[in-house]
Amino acid sequence: MKPNTNNITVIRPSKGWRVVDIKELIEYRDLLYFLVVRGIKARYAQSVLGVGWAVIQPLAQTLIFTVVFGNLAGLSSDGVPYVLFSFVAMVPWNYFSGILNESANSLVSNKNMLSKVYFPRLVLPFAAVLSKFLDFTIGGIVAIGFFIYYGYMPGLEVLVLPILIIIMIMTSLGTGMILSALAVQYRDVNHAMSFLVRLLMYSAPIVYSISIVPEKYLFWYSLNPMVGVIEGMRAALIGTRDLPWDLIGIGGAVSVILFVVGIFFFKRMESRFADIA
Amino acid sequence: MSNPSIKVENISKRYRIGAQQQEETLVQQITRSIIQPFSNFNRISSLSKFDDHDDPTIFWALKDINFEVQQGEVLGIIGHNGAGKSTLLKILSRITEPTSGEITLRGRVSALLEVGTGFHPELTGRDNIYMNGTILGMRKREIDEKLDEIIAFSGVEKYLDTPVKFYSSGMRVRLAFSVAAHLEPEILIIDEVLAVGDAEFQKKCLGKMEDVAGQGRTVLFVSHNMESVERLCSRALLLENGLKSMDGSVETIISGYMSKGESDELVGYYEWNEGELTECQSIQLHSIRINDKNQQPELGQPIKFTTEIQSYDLKAKYEVWLHILDSKKNKIISSGTAITPVLGRQTYNAELDGEVLQPGIYSVNVLIVKNSTDKLFRASTILKFQISEDNSRIKLPEKNPAILRIGLNWFDGKEIKK
Repeated sequence: MKPNTNNITVIRPSKGWRVVDIKELIEYRDLLYFLVVRGIKARYAQSVLGVGWAVIQPLAQTLIFTVVFGNLAGLSSDGVPYVLFSFVAMVPWNYFSGILNESANSLVSNKNMLSKVYFPRLVLPFAAVLSKFLDFTIGGIVAIGFFIYYGYMPGLEVLVLPILIIIMIMTSLGTGMILSALAVQYRDVNHAMSFLVRLLMYSAPIVYSISIVPEKYLFWYSLNPMVGVIEGMRAALIGTRDLPWDLIGIGGAVSVILFVVGIFFFKRMESRFADIA
Repeated sequence: MSNPSIKVENISKRYRIGAQQQEETLVQQITRSIIQPFSNFNRISSLSKFDDHDDPTIFWALKDINFEVQQGEVLGIIGHNGAGKSTLLKILSRITEPTSGEITLRGRVSALLEVGTGFHPELTGRDNIYMNGTILGMRKREIDEKLDEIIAFSGVEKYLDTPVKFYSSGMRVRLAFSVAAHLEPEILIIDEVLAVGDAEFQKKCLGKMEDVAGQGRTVLFVSHNMESVERLCSRALLLENGLKSMDGSVETIISGYMSKGESDELVGYYEWNEGELTECQSIQLHSIRINDKNQQPELGQPIKFTTEIQSYDLKAKYEVWLHILDSKKNKIISSGTAITPVLGRQTYNAELDGEVLQPGIYSVNVLIVKNSTDKLFRASTILKFQISEDNSRIKLPEKNPAILRIGLNWFDGKEIKK
């Protein structure tokens, strides 16, 4: 075998902040692919309904919310049927909260892999984000069924959807990276997750309309990027309002910050994962 | 060669280990439970902080390790538990970072610290081949090409589309190993993955590893199993408490490793218990001793080694070998003889001129060898004897005496023996 002089690896202690080795991430894209496949297959393995759960979960939740908040509490739904109002918010929200739970766990639950083999650790939260995207897509298809049933015909505003989806993914990934890196060292993160997710849910306009939020708090409220995403989706798909560019703009900026901070924080913590996981 | 495959320079690694908690009274316990979150936070965040250099909870797993491995060399790394072997492997395979130092690796590296990393019980055998392969650094295309070979080697063709959780543990290991065996790295780093599976499978793995080593790859092999280290490696490192204590030919290192921690007590007689010996059914060692009388050499007398052997098979061809090692574990004498099997116990005597040994402590290894190649049984440092100072001899003020006290035949003048 001839010696390969092109392929030189130097191992030395890392200091301070590091940048992402994008070339290496590309080299490991097949691993990312199989982790995503594994995530999806394992999630629905040995269940009768399989992927059907991706339909039932948001539907059941929407049903409960419709009964409790729409009918009993009589919350406003900006003039559209409450079912539609909450389902359009539920699909992106389920995606986001699913990512938070899954990526916060992604390093701890794969700690055996972390301590036995080298690969770019970033692949793990990325895989969590991508494998959950299937559920989001299925939710989207169900939503289309609702639109047809209720006779809603979205206009040109749907063109904004890709931007909203990118904001949603960047927010999830950024938060996911921070939480996963933290959870390796502080398992408190996993305990705090369930109540944190619920808290975040009520701090976004999912069960209620954004119109009940006082004007003076609106800026602080919109710092949660999911506010812009959800209001944007409602505007684009069921026409509850004009496209809220201010909310989307603020949310987009926050999501970029979260994403960048997430990557750098993750890279900084990365070298310790195997030692303390 | 100027460009070694692996160059390790001053590698150190520290960890933080838990400090011991003191016994406490009830009041102390109550106070502690109140301040617990704060002390927990300090403790957990200190896992990755190393400011205080005198901290007793800091533990150096490796300290200033240096070595080079040339292209195509097969290096064994041995040492007792906790000597730092696994830490070294983890640093070499980039799982964890060194605290200081630098390593240069030339070529594609694969590390096998475990077989079946990333296996998911719910996925089928086929899915897991891809999962495990890509984790080990293979590309999908590569796995596609080798898939048939991998499946054939594993011998689980029939269950390939069954979830792995229904596999027996043996099947799982076979599947995992066959993925690993089809890696084609230029540098292969292997931990004790051979410690799995039944004897037959271990043999198959060892054979595969010999192939790998024979293909000119650079291999680092960590194991507790001295036989496989000896079989695979040409050179070895001995790690002790995070330090490199020996580096040299595999035989020297192994006998050094075997003798660590043993006492300086002299042993002139050893008798084996049943079951302590080789698995071989046809020959067993019974006992070995030095001299019949007081079981230690006598000044100016030849040293006699007596080995008692019990044979059960009259056709097999065996040899008995004795190695004599000095206190530094250099093998200075190696001598063997063919065994003519008779039913029952027989003794083999060997004699050594005690004059040729320098004063000091010596140890004896005994080996049973089949067909001059296969080692069936090996007992290291089974006997220990002492050659005492002979005051009647002329002593020369020399610090480094020769290993043996054998003279040359001088043709002019008179010889002086040291």
